[in-house]
Amino acid sequence: MRLDKEESKKYLKEIRRDMPASKHISTVFRAFLTGGIICCIGQGISDIYKNFLLKGAEEDTIAGLTTLTIILITGILTGLGVYDKIGNFGGAGSIVPITGFANSVVSPAIEHKREGVILGLCSNMFTIAGPVIVFGISASVIVGIIYLFV
Amino acid sequence: MTIFLTYLKVFAVGGIICVSGQILINFTKLTSARILVIFLLLGVFLEAIGVFKYLKDFAGAGVTIPITGFGSNLAKGAIKGAKESGFFGAVTGGVKAAAAGLSGAIFIGFFVALFSNSKSKT
Repeated sequence: MRLDKEESKKYLKEIRRDMPASKHISTVFRAFLTGGIICCIGQGISDIYKNFLLKGAEEDTIAGLTTLTIILITGILTGLGVYDKIGNFGGAGSIVPITGFANSVVSPAIEHKREGVILGLCSNMFTIAGPVIVFGISASVIVGIIYLFV
Repeated sequence: MTIFLTYLKVFAVGGIICVSGQILINFTKLTSARILVIFLLLGVFLEAIGVFKYLKDFAGAGVTIPITGFGSNLAKGAIKGAKESGFFGAVTGGVKAAAAGLSGAIFIGFFVALFSNSKSKT
């Protein structure tokens, strides 16, 4: 077993040597650009809510509405097939933001729709988002319990 | 000018977080689900040790739009719940605070999927 691991490490090393450095630079640059732009759009939406639409609302309300708006936009873009293209270009820049989470819910749901609404669409919504929700909620409960004692 | 600087910070910090994700993808075999979990837990951790709010003051949406913001929200809610209503709050607070993201993603995801068909991948 250990031998296998070392073999695969060696193999990965060789693959990496063959992967041109320029490819790393370009994927990293595109991730930076895409992630940066998505965050700026988020900031823009939040500023619009804060300064124009919901003057004087609580910070939590604005943050929640911003999240909802971004998820809605991502959902529609995923439905139209546009987010796939953003994902091809941006790599992690399209995965790490909350848009990536929303996309990971919508995308498998659409893909498995032909297997039926209940068993296809609904049960596949959480193939990627499931672990995120499980880890997120579990970690939050642990943090909450720790804070009971500090 | 201040607006420009704010957005520059948002862009830079958000970009750097995504770059670290891209580096993880390029140099390890991590899939997107694992990347999301890692950054989510990072957000939970940073909120739990009280660092996240300084990052948020500095970079705004640059740290709240990445999934770290979702993690921080969960942890913030749990901490608030623990302080206000003890054990019950510690268990329920996280989901309460992250309800917008969870409920929104499920509801919007369901309806978008109902009304759209899968595109052929080229």
